[in-house]
Amino acid sequence: MLSETSLKRIEDLKGRYQHPQSVILEALWMWQDEHGWISEDGMKFIAGTLGIPFHHVYGVVTFYTMFNRAPVGKHKIEVCTNISCMLRGSDRILRHLHQRLKIAPGETTADKKFSLIEAECLGSCGTAPMMQIGDEYYENLDETKVDKILKDLK
Amino acid sequence: MEPLLLPDIHNYHKIDVYESHGGYQMLRKALAMKPEAVTDEVKKSGLRGRGGACFPTGLKWSFMPKQTDKPKYLCVNGDESEPGTFKDRQIFEHNPHLLIEGTIIACYAMGITTAYLYVRGEYVQWIRMMQKAVDDAYAKGYVGQNILGSGFSTNFYLHRGAGAYICGEESSLMNSIEGERGYPRVKPPFPAQFGLWGCPTTINNVETIANVPVILQLGAEAYAKIGAPKHPGPILVGVSGHVNKPGVYEMPTGVLLTEIVNTYAGGVPGNKKIKAVIPGGSSTMILRGDGIEGVTMDADGLKAAGSSVGTAGMIVMDEDTDLIRVITRIAGFYHHESCGQCTPCREGTGWMHKILRRFENRQATAADIDLLLDVANNIEGNTICALGDAAAWPVQSMIKQFREEFEKCTAQPALTRPAVAVEAAV
Repeated sequence: MLSETSLKRIEDLKGRYQHPQSVILEALWMWQDEHGWISEDGMKFIAGTLGIPFHHVYGVVTFYTMFNRAPVGKHKIEVCTNISCMLRGSDRILRHLHQRLKIAPGETTADKKFSLIEAECLGSCGTAPMMQIGDEYYENLDETKVDKILKDLK
Repeated sequence: MEPLLLPDIHNYHKIDVYESHGGYQMLRKALAMKPEAVTDEVKKSGLRGRGGACFPTGLKWSFMPKQTDKPKYLCVNGDESEPGTFKDRQIFEHNPHLLIEGTIIACYAMGITTAYLYVRGEYVQWIRMMQKAVDDAYAKGYVGQNILGSGFSTNFYLHRGAGAYICGEESSLMNSIEGERGYPRVKPPFPAQFGLWGCPTTINNVETIANVPVILQLGAEAYAKIGAPKHPGPILVGVSGHVNKPGVYEMPTGVLLTEIVNTYAGGVPGNKKIKAVIPGGSSTMILRGDGIEGVTMDADGLKAAGSSVGTAGMIVMDEDTDLIRVITRIAGFYHHESCGQCTPCREGTGWMHKILRRFENRQATAADIDLLLDVANNIEGNTICALGDAAAWPVQSMIKQFREEFEKCTAQPALTRPAVAVEAAV
């Protein structure tokens, strides 16, 4: 299910496009915000809300990398390792997070608090190395800064 | 040059401050002109797209049909995902109203009644900033119904992506807005004939649109005199990698690459030599550091040097850089981002990455260099969209410019790397 607020928002957004299908990404974002990840039940629900087939929603979800198709940790840490960050030490940042959290990229800590992910370029090349946690960007990183960020995350 | 796209004015992102410095006056000016006259100004200015292809903007606008029963659309491309590119983000943050003003002027010129700004999904904070600016512009009557009493109406909506590099390709972007998987479309038909929902559509990059009010402000002739004659105007150059002051710098086109590195970006740390430069985002051809003397940041200058402007996202690498690691990482990126529609790209990007991993692990043979080149050559030009070329060019140019780096690898003993990728990092 989606909250009343989200359902109302979906109805409003439909008016912006020629076809309600265009609201699919926004509806999936709402589902992910409310549930943390997108289950097949979620996809079926969104298909019903937008009046489109389930298989279409499934196809869209599996195309875009930002949708979680399985539960992730409370804090999803995505470290950019593309060239501009690589040239400025993203290896060290990733290795440090690996040592601190005792998980490899793609894994989640046992207490479900952190997931670690290697990300493609996030558009912070001038403030590299960087990572994204949830909606926030953390830039110009070094090991000390990473430690402080981890400590401040509840 | 006084900055035109990113002026250094406190709180310029706020609508009141923007207005107090003459903001939205160019919209008033445009609305008093004939729509065709606006397009003519843009044509005369010589503005070329800032998203990578350098296509003349006014010419693109003129492809939109004048007589049609269908609604017309503008898509402003803020997907900004090319590695090394972080300029549109500066416009969202520091000058959102210039982008909105340019969008509405463009809509007026082409008779468009709905514009979508497509922003990459990761830019949540910047989407919030843009949404605030759009809401303020609606409230003041610069967007929406009967704009400034002119009788012209247009809507401006933000559309958030969800993590797909390919959606920066114009036809993928349209499919993404339609709620499809972000697959590129076969062209022709071109968007001006068959775009969003089959209707006439123009797609312009964020920075391109931000130049439109500037053209009206200076006048096309004065604008055309800024920078390189065949590729004029201000340009946002993002400099990253091994420089003392990485960042986005506004400058006229045609500035020397050496000046960009040494003056704008403060030179290379430790005064090391430049080994290589990628001038315009990861898909542009790599240049040797010892070959950039005299090369300028504009379409002709970089073409002559064997590369292209792309998104003007310049990546600088010093003499200690392991270029095999660099190209392996780039190849890995394109493999990850290939949408999978065309066989040469879907399979070829994976093969290139696999072969490059052999070089990285010092397990490659001399024959692998030509094998790699053969794969790249068979991707280039054989795909629906430019991602195939974008994946092939860095590999081709790296072999052309730095073949010795590949040869060195084949002569070295194999490395055994630990299973966990992060431990493998040097």
